[in-house]
Amino acid sequence: MKPEPVPSRERSLAETKAPPLRPDPRRRGEIRIADVVKIYGSEATGVRAVDNCTFDVPAGKITVVVGPSGCGKTTLLNAIAGFHSITSGTIHLDGALLCGPGRPKADPGPDRIVVFQNGALFPWKTIIENVAFGPMVQGRLNRKDAFEKARAMLAEAGLRNLESNYPGEISSGMRRRVEIARALMNDPKVLLLDEPYRALDSLTKSVMHEALLETFDRNQVTIFFITHDLEEAIFLGHRVVIMTTRPCRPKKILTVDIPQPRDYSVLTAKRFREYLDETIEAVHEEALKAFAAGERER
Amino acid sequence: MKDPESTFAVAEVDGGLTEVPTAGLADGADSTSRVEVAAYRLGQWLSSPRPYLMLLGFGLFFAFWYLTVEVWKLPRFSQMPGPTTIISEWLSRDPTYGLSIYSPEYYQHIWVSWRRVSIAFVLATATGVPLGLFLGWSQLFKEYVFPVFELLRPIPPLAWVPLAIIMFQGSETPIVFLTFLASFYATTLNTMLGVESIDVSFIRAAYCLGARRRQVFWHVVVPGAMPFIFTGLQISVGVAWFSLVAGEMVSGQYGLGYLINTSYTMVQYPTMVIGMITLGIVGYATSAAVRILGNYLMQWRTRELAMGGEK
Repeated sequence: MKPEPVPSRERSLAETKAPPLRPDPRRRGEIRIADVVKIYGSEATGVRAVDNCTFDVPAGKITVVVGPSGCGKTTLLNAIAGFHSITSGTIHLDGALLCGPGRPKADPGPDRIVVFQNGALFPWKTIIENVAFGPMVQGRLNRKDAFEKARAMLAEAGLRNLESNYPGEISSGMRRRVEIARALMNDPKVLLLDEPYRALDSLTKSVMHEALLETFDRNQVTIFFITHDLEEAIFLGHRVVIMTTRPCRPKKILTVDIPQPRDYSVLTAKRFREYLDETIEAVHEEALKAFAAGERER
Repeated sequence: MKDPESTFAVAEVDGGLTEVPTAGLADGADSTSRVEVAAYRLGQWLSSPRPYLMLLGFGLFFAFWYLTVEVWKLPRFSQMPGPTTIISEWLSRDPTYGLSIYSPEYYQHIWVSWRRVSIAFVLATATGVPLGLFLGWSQLFKEYVFPVFELLRPIPPLAWVPLAIIMFQGSETPIVFLTFLASFYATTLNTMLGVESIDVSFIRAAYCLGARRRQVFWHVVVPGAMPFIFTGLQISVGVAWFSLVAGEMVSGQYGLGYLINTSYTMVQYPTMVIGMITLGIVGYATSAAVRILGNYLMQWRTRELAMGGEK
């Protein structure tokens, strides 16, 4: 694996509330979202899912986006991934335009890999075939080399002896880890995680969180993480972006100054509770609005 | 794992008990041989109530038939041949109406029908699966083709008989054509539904991982639709048999449908019932063969279901 990069502990401590973005040349995967608007349907009568959304996802950090269910977080993720078009605004990845004027929809590609809410390991492929899929379809590695790399990747994630199993035969927690290994096989610039642990029980979830942080420490890949679990957001995030309810735009951006690597003892720390209170306050207001709006629609 | 019992997890599959070797798989090695697995499954099956309930079901059916027809001779049933008549005729070396398991003609009928169904089924699969895949995959293609398809589909094979005779020469081709039709609709429709049922996340994930459209088709669309395709094929082989009989009743010199129809006109009722039962057995066997092939080709699904069908 890659040599251990700059210890993240000092870096996050050095950051202040709205840190100027100075991309580390060794790191990559900085996303700049500027004035993004997404309207479903016609401009005049359609549903405004995202409105004037501007924020940055710094390279080599975990950015967690929180907001009430259905607020448009996933719309934003889909725009970055290239599944949906945007109505106006721009999204840049490391200075290159992903989507913007004249190019409403980005092309999906292995530099931005999504880990889906319900998991999307191909059930008809074995674990190793799933993990080796990316480099093989891209034509970067032949079957033998791809399998070798996949094996190493799985071993690193502590998932030995599962190679010839099908996804349906392993636990849902393991499936999420395999899916992240499948993504990392492609050396992505950004991992886009769309509430990946939503369906898991809280015990499995805590194991997943620690595994994700460990993976992050090893790879220092930029992570864009969507959730509505506030504890999860603060525990994982270097930066937490709290969204307003529909239309979605950042309401508050927190920089979480809890040093990495974090473990579960952090959850009871005073500093953690303070961040949590701050977030709860911001989110609750939006949740009430979302609830009221929902009542009107139905 | 020395004890073979401990290497198996028992789970419900399709309402029945099926065992899968799990520990062996988790170790990444198939330590248990296929024969052992088969023997174990057979043992489990025999020690479960299923085979006895099945025998009981058959027993009740034949008892009902025997009592109503041969013992009580109820009105309406008295003209029917009873089970003892049928079985003695069927197994006779010197059958009264000239057809039993000892007459080569009997196998000729089965063979001819089986051949027609096979040809029709292969043709229907070879055309229906690709058509269904494209219908599900391309919205544009669907808009052209699907309305026509839906217009033709409700027309029953029997209504096609005159046209089939005009269109095709001889007696063989029209029968194969009629048999093909119903199969083709079942296969195409199920394949299309199969493609449409694929979770969009799988397709998105494939694009994310750098797959091109053609690769998504082969790696995601085709295997993803496979469970529906095989359901379609099972239905298809079933409907092939009954549209075959429709065709054979109209033309031809051999085949089980022809046998049933001529025995009726020649008042050879036992032979007629022998034809019907044979049709049932052969039809069931082909359908089971398709199911077994499907399970073999979709190991992932068999194992997933065996684990409790957790998604």
